[in-house]
Amino acid sequence: MKREYEVIIIGGGIIGCATAFELAKRGITDILLIEKRYLTSGATGRCGAGIRQQWGSELNARLALESTHIFEHLEEYTGYGHSCGLHQGGYLLVAYTQKEWDQFQENLKVQHRLGIDSRALTPQEAKQIVPYLNTDGVYGATFCQKDGHADPFHCTQAYAQGAARMGVEFLTYTEVTGLQIQNGQIAGVETTKGPFSARIVLNCANVHAPELARMAGEEIPVTSERHQALVTEPVAPLIDCMVMAFSRSFYVQQTPHGSFVMGIGPREEPSFSFRSTWQFLEQNCAVMCEALPVLRKLNVVRQWAGQYDLSPDRNPIIDEAKQARGFYSICGFSGHGFMVGPRIAILMANHLAGKDDTMDIRMFSKKRYETGKLLLEPAVV
Amino acid sequence: MENRTDDKNTILCRCEDLTREAILDCIRAGFCTIDEIKRVTRAGMGPCQGRTCRLLIAQELSSYYHIPMEEVLMPTFRPPTRPVSMGVLADAWKEGQSGAAENGGKGGTA
Ligand SMILES: Cc1cc2nc3c(=O)[nH]c(=O)nc-3n(C[C@H](O)[C@H](O)[C@H](O)COP(=O)(O)OP(=O)(O)OC[C@H]3O[C@@H](n4cnc5c(N)ncnc54)[C@H](O)[C@@H]3O)c2cc1C
Repeated sequence: MKREYEVIIIGGGIIGCATAFELAKRGITDILLIEKRYLTSGATGRCGAGIRQQWGSELNARLALESTHIFEHLEEYTGYGHSCGLHQGGYLLVAYTQKEWDQFQENLKVQHRLGIDSRALTPQEAKQIVPYLNTDGVYGATFCQKDGHADPFHCTQAYAQGAARMGVEFLTYTEVTGLQIQNGQIAGVETTKGPFSARIVLNCANVHAPELARMAGEEIPVTSERHQALVTEPVAPLIDCMVMAFSRSFYVQQTPHGSFVMGIGPREEPSFSFRSTWQFLEQNCAVMCEALPVLRKLNVVRQWAGQYDLSPDRNPIIDEAKQARGFYSICGFSGHGFMVGPRIAILMANHLAGKDDTMDIRMFSKKRYETGKLLLEPAVV
Repeated sequence: MENRTDDKNTILCRCEDLTREAILDCIRAGFCTIDEIKRVTRAGMGPCQGRTCRLLIAQELSSYYHIPMEEVLMPTFRPPTRPVSMGVLADAWKEGQSGAAENGGKGGTA
């Protein structure tokens, strides 16, 4: 077994796999990706996989817009033989308070500056898009047809198989248990299958990234927050777009397969819990049936939980360890890492390959929590 | 013992209409747990939630990789085990909330 690589990537979610692919595309192919279980076994395989460009900060709107351009042809981009399941049915964002409605007007300005095709709708116009919407208490909505969702398993597989074809190696069911550091420089990792050396190690372990970073002497302010979701039995097409509301903290969409996937986002104490609760099940149904009464007759068939890797300003952290140069943590996606994954991977790969990028990677450093240059986002669930 | 599901076109997962051959293709492509197969094919994600196919897929994995059935990882079984309508659940929440409100309890965040 080969024990020396140029780059080691920890974590086989969308971030690790997309970064492996983008590095390989830039000629860095001597890479080993190590995954504790199997690819997509973390948050990537538990997520709603929603993709939206209707953000309130220019940064997120750009990350999502540029990632969407890749999702739109990910199969050709990676040479993948299966559909990645992108469906651009749009996102309908519903405002239930005046304050929220005012904020939406500001968000639209940001989106329009970037050329994102979003628009404001009256409650009646929103009802034309989603006839089942209960417009009681609705101030207005915004809609972007190019928003949608994709299949997180196939998107990740597409990147992984593309990377593998260029020579990247994958080691699954293997856990990274320690780091090797020499003279302030990362030298390799310890795993349940022995040590591997590399001068660059990318920590893409999502909610487990802080534990690994701590081994390199870095405190990453990311906590884990449980988020639950549920799915109904498949029914005939009722709603083509995602419906989402920040003030009522819900999202719901019908998948191409016919089932409805939905969740609500009550704030919870940090935990690594994967337990599903009856409380979520009932409260979720109450919130959803209020917004879309047509859902009342649908049967729930499964419920699950995953974790958000929450950062203080709910935006990603990309940071090189000071006491272990070459060790980068890429985490803190705070519940929207799937939709920005393709662009973040490009940014990371450009940085490591010494190529220019139109985005400055330094703004993602955790230094921002000291300098106060936070990446603020008004539009999150 | 002769495997009962030896025909290529035998349906292993009835809810998602998946043949034994489709599952075998997946196993040959390197997917080696029930969880992985579920994620790439949807096997076990339909209305019956894997009550029939889970065991059949476990058998295929067990014979392909020559590992005992007990070692084939079983995916977590998630509630609700019997489909319940959203309306019934929504009403249950509202009832619980009005009960809690009378007791001075706090409602949800929605
Ligand atoms: C319920 C829910 C809904 C969501 N909905 C959306 C959505 O609609 N849109 C969106 O964009 N995002 C959504 N997200 C967020 C999204 O899932 C994540 O931001 C994204 O998948 C993160 O990808 P990742 O590769 O960083 O992490 P992961 O997919 O978690 O990958 C990290 C991997 O690292 C592995 N690992 C950890 N520690 C070790 C170790 N020591 N050694 C080896 N391997 C290790 C894990 O096994 C895991 O596979 C949602 C999340 C949840 C939980």
